Amino acid sequence: MDLTLIFTDYTIRNVTLGALVLGIVSGTLSAFAVLRKQSLLGDAMSHAALPGIVIAFLLTGQRSLPVLLFGAMIAGWLGTLFMLLVTSQTRIKQDAAQGVVLAVFFGFGMALLSWVLRQNNAQHAGLDSFLFGKAAATVASDVRVMAIIGLIVLALVALFWKEFKLISFDHGYATTLGLPVGRLDVLLTTLIVVVVVVGLQMVGVVLMSAMLVAPGVAARQWTNRFGLMVVLSAGFGALAGVGGALISSFEARLPTGPVIVLFVSAIVAVSLLFAPQRGIVWEAVQRYRSARRLREAAVLEMLYGMAIQHGDPLHPHSLASLRAGLSREGVRYTLDHLEANGMVKQTENGWALTPEGVAKARQFLRASEGEQAHRYSAEVLS
Amino acid sequence: MINQAQIEIMLVASLVAAACALPGVFLVLRRVALMSDAISHTVLFGIVIGFLFVRDIHSPWLILFAAAAGVLTVSLTELLLRTRRMGEDAAIGLVFPALFSIAVIIITRDFSSIHIDTDAVLLGELAFAPFNRAVFLGANLPKGVWIMGAILLINLVLLILFYKELKLATFDSALAAALGFSPALIHYGLMASVSVTAVGAFDHVGSILVIALMIAPSAAAYLLTDRLSRMLVISVVIAVASAIGGYYAARLLNVNISGAMASITGVFFVAALIFAPERGLLARAIQRRRRSLRFAEEMLLVHLNRHENTADAATENTLHHLVDELNWTPTFAQSTVQRASQHGFLQRQNGSLNLTDSGRQVAQRALSR
Repeated sequence: MDLTLIFTDYTIRNVTLGALVLGIVSGTLSAFAVLRKQSLLGDAMSHAALPGIVIAFLLTGQRSLPVLLFGAMIAGWLGTLFMLLVTSQTRIKQDAAQGVVLAVFFGFGMALLSWVLRQNNAQHAGLDSFLFGKAAATVASDVRVMAIIGLIVLALVALFWKEFKLISFDHGYATTLGLPVGRLDVLLTTLIVVVVVVGLQMVGVVLMSAMLVAPGVAARQWTNRFGLMVVLSAGFGALAGVGGALISSFEARLPTGPVIVLFVSAIVAVSLLFAPQRGIVWEAVQRYRSARRLREAAVLEMLYGMAIQHGDPLHPHSLASLRAGLSREGVRYTLDHLEANGMVKQTENGWALTPEGVAKARQFLRASEGEQAHRYSAEVLS
Repeated sequence: MINQAQIEIMLVASLVAAACALPGVFLVLRRVALMSDAISHTVLFGIVIGFLFVRDIHSPWLILFAAAAGVLTVSLTELLLRTRRMGEDAAIGLVFPALFSIAVIIITRDFSSIHIDTDAVLLGELAFAPFNRAVFLGANLPKGVWIMGAILLINLVLLILFYKELKLATFDSALAAALGFSPALIHYGLMASVSVTAVGAFDHVGSILVIALMIAPSAAAYLLTDRLSRMLVISVVIAVASAIGGYYAARLLNVNISGAMASITGVFFVAALIFAPERGLLARAIQRRRRSLRFAEEMLLVHLNRHENTADAATENTLHHLVDELNWTPTFAQSTVQRASQHGFLQRQNGSLNLTDSGRQVAQRALSR
């Protein structure tokens, strides 16, 4: 794998740069989409864009990116407005409204496209690759257009940062503050539509939706701070974009779009499992630790309780009596662990506390007595 | 003229439409419509994996693999949901693109020579349905008729057998669980049915039309009725009408058949959205208008009733005073007075407005309400 090709090979450079831009911008918006529970909006929009693309081509006869983007935006926008109309005026819910827009718009676009293709116009060549994504066909001017649009989108996000943050977290509160919530909703949705359309030709219809879900979900696992989440999300998007583009460039017959999607899915899997605080593995470790703490506390308290009956906190007891007193599993294992930490020691007469163990047991007892007293007073007071 | 091949195409399409519409109703009611989107995409994953094993693109085993992929999609989505680290929308949006990507990569690497391309997945080719035939029970019909007929029959039998359970679990899942019907079992059963239907259908019409036929007719029917049984019937009727109408439209305009059918489901949906009695946009606008007119009339009568037999009755109870007091436009005041007098609630005497007995009653009833 010769990484200098990124700088010298025309195609690889364009694909990598394009995927980088796409990853950053879709990652940024993905954070908003995930928090707003609009993850599947990207899916609906990427399908709804098709008739707009075909009509833009029919009207202008041009296949240039800005023209097709404009058509796609109009169609995506109409689809969004239609969804809003249906969900606000009828009892049909978001999911069905999205499904109707997705399937009907796309079907209509397909019908139109088949009509265009039958006109036997040489210029239409490649119009359908727009849908399924052909990263390798990305040329320098496409990257330039993507970069400009991406910068505009990012600038708008920065400009309306506070407002977008507010409508993403607390729609009701934003309304009471007198923000133009309706218009902000439309603006944020429009930005999502723009990014979807830009990404279409790179990764295709089906896979574009992943780029608006996965980075946000992954980023959410690592932080509770919104600003950091957006930055992480953009970073994950960029990482997946560049990583996917490079892997598919250096390995024959690996389509770019799907590799990017798998890359970003892997990032989600790692985040779900290993992110500190929220990760599944992290949580399991925490649960294991607190369970072990409880077991140790029980053993220490039991040893201490039995020992002071003999007037000596260091008085040893046999494993069997400990087992009988505790009636729980893993006493021996816990004792071993406590011994390793210097809390207990094994004598010829059984297990005994060390002075450190006595101090620890007293500490545990004080804590649980405090808790009991607290619980008791709460009961009495209530 | 219609020839036999065309009738057969319409027959296959109608069977697909009816088979999709039945589970579609429950998808819409249970608010999981987008599972059809996910499942119809991951069907490709199942077929690709199945092909790796059996190495025959026409093997019936592929249907089983595809159906299993559908159930896998549902399970993975549930698994992600159970981590409680994301919403349902995000869970769906993570699972199917990943499985679809794996499928596309395998296709590109291992059997680019074989005809499973993404176009065909999205669109299907209904026009070829009559060429692929099978003889069964002495009848020589397109394979699609047999397959989709069987799937429709299965869906119908399942629906009849579990109608009560489905209904209960859909409208009151807590009660269903309390009565001992497992909501999970019903959910997975429904999803398995969606998967099998999607597999059978997508071969002929492509995944997009599967989604359109499952959601749009059911959503339209949801606007037209409150009864589950009627909703099922209406949804099937709309789906079949879309299939046949779409076929004619496609022939007339020389466009892709599936695309035309999906478009027609949209036409039906929009028609229901606008014209549905009670719930349609038009009916609601009329209701609103009627309510506001009735309210205006009542307000007029209450106003007259209040100032009747008082010192300022002569100035208060005139047409042009209404414009100032109630903030009405002159034309609206005029037409409201007109309607009230047509209804026999008031009489006009040289410019002043006098209540009739029935008008007084209406005013008092409005006040005591």
